[in-house]
Amino acid sequence: MFYHALQIDEPRCIGCSRCMKICPTEAIRISGGMASIQEHRCIDCGRCYEVCPAQAISIKDDDFESFRQYKHSVALLPSVFIGQFPDEVSVSKVYATLYELGFAHVVEVESAAMIYKEAKEKYAREHPDVRPLISSFCPAIVRLIQIKYPSLVENVMPIKVPLDLCAMYALEELQSRGIPREEIGLFYITPCAAKVSAVKAPVGEEKSIIDGVINMNSLFNRVYKRMKENGKDHQYKPLSRQRLSADAILSTLTNGERRICTAKRSYSIDGIQNVMDFLDKLENDEVEGVEFLELRACDQSCAGALLSVDNRFLCGERMYARARKAAERERNGEMPRDREMEKYKDFLIDNSLVDEVQPRSMMVLDSDIGKALEKMEKIERMKVHLPQIDCGVCGAPTCEAFATDVVCGQADLHRCVFYRLHLEQAGKMTLHEGRTNMYSVWGDDRISGEIEV
Amino acid sequence: MHQEYTVIEGDFVNAGKASSSVKKTLKQLNVNPQVVKRVVVALYEAEVNAIAHAYGGKVIVDIDADKIKMVVADKGPGIPDIALAMQEGYSTARPEVRDMGFGAGMGLPNMQKNVDRLNVTSEVGVGTTVEMEVNFQ
Repeated sequence: MFYHALQIDEPRCIGCSRCMKICPTEAIRISGGMASIQEHRCIDCGRCYEVCPAQAISIKDDDFESFRQYKHSVALLPSVFIGQFPDEVSVSKVYATLYELGFAHVVEVESAAMIYKEAKEKYAREHPDVRPLISSFCPAIVRLIQIKYPSLVENVMPIKVPLDLCAMYALEELQSRGIPREEIGLFYITPCAAKVSAVKAPVGEEKSIIDGVINMNSLFNRVYKRMKENGKDHQYKPLSRQRLSADAILSTLTNGERRICTAKRSYSIDGIQNVMDFLDKLENDEVEGVEFLELRACDQSCAGALLSVDNRFLCGERMYARARKAAERERNGEMPRDREMEKYKDFLIDNSLVDEVQPRSMMVLDSDIGKALEKMEKIERMKVHLPQIDCGVCGAPTCEAFATDVVCGQADLHRCVFYRLHLEQAGKMTLHEGRTNMYSVWGDDRISGEIEV
Repeated sequence: MHQEYTVIEGDFVNAGKASSSVKKTLKQLNVNPQVVKRVVVALYEAEVNAIAHAYGGKVIVDIDADKIKMVVADKGPGIPDIALAMQEGYSTARPEVRDMGFGAGMGLPNMQKNVDRLNVTSEVGVGTTVEMEVNFQ
């Protein structure tokens, strides 16, 4: 029903429930000793991926080699990829290695960052009554708003992000050279799960023009390995020009959009919990006069993306260093204007709109309000009897989530360990039945024998 | 569905607790997001009023399939002239309350704007009761 890119690798899952406890949308449950993701609640933020001790959570991607079937393969590269490499690895060395690996074209998606900025400003001018406007940049945030903040969906700007604009540019440019579409393969190097979903199941569009996604850390391994194999004396093909401006480089980092936006009052917020705290207030109309919001699911934005290889602060600082160099070249008049991209500017801005973002609330108990009220009253009654300590032994993250699952027919009340003890003491449940219940959640080999102290 | 909340005098830190909880409930009931917004805005204003002007009070919420009924009853100085208090910009808030960004004289007018029925009763020296109803359809 709903696409999400995070998936649980069942043989690896140890059913430890760390993911269940950290999930900001309470999308994970434990059953049969294994975690499972409820697809209508998952926003692909990846907090589960970060805490999993067994590497049992992975991000769906396409076969790395699949780009080779296209004569004109294009690597759509996020600039955080460059930020993964130690200082001594230059930008042009990374580009050159990507060409050596077989990509016909390499373009950094941030080269469309300024066009994205203009498209947003145009939208803001044309919609003066909608404030605050929320950036469409982070796909996990767009999904969070759809499922948890339905009253704010109309505040999300329905505008294609730099990645899509850049893909459109690459496609137009190659086709203008007479290259047929079937020879062109657009491959996005993704730094996170949410962007995979944004490509595979875009919001406000039927289908993305991007042909495949490659995980950033798997590409990093290949590039790094190639560099090691090449050795110190290898001659890398020099990059003819560097055209990414400082503003474009910084655009994926926290404050990157806000620092160049024209709004009078704006906020830039990173980290999913911080974003939720703010949206709760915003939804209550407790925050006044805000014109623009840059919201990012990851701490330090894309420098802290799930598939970042290096520490988020180290990666962020390398990007700042690169931006400082670009700014210096701009000041000295050494930065050539990106005439190629400029040629397509009007075309891209004219085609930057997608359909309005629609709510898909995860919270609704029943589409019939009368039935929903009944369920809610049952949940309230049940909650009073549950221990309210959110121990998670039932396989749900909180007593409230458990009560909701029970009322909605998705869990058995006997999964509550406290309730079972109560029943056992009252003689209404045998020890064996209690044990069977426990094993149905956690699997049957948690304790192998007596523990000697 | 019946819910009750206590509002404590001067506790601006917890202003919005009742409206946030009601918001969550209405979302679970699949009430139109724009209607939810009106309810939350009106209830928040009423909560802040009870915190800012009175010596605390109670929020009582009743929800059925068609509408939500909210009663915010405070013990406080009361409103001598309700018609005057209903005017935009009229405020008796103390300077320290205004310094916190509250007390702009938009409270009652804002409630009026967002609800389908508003009834304010008040007795000077005893307290004020604000009754509000919002239809779901």
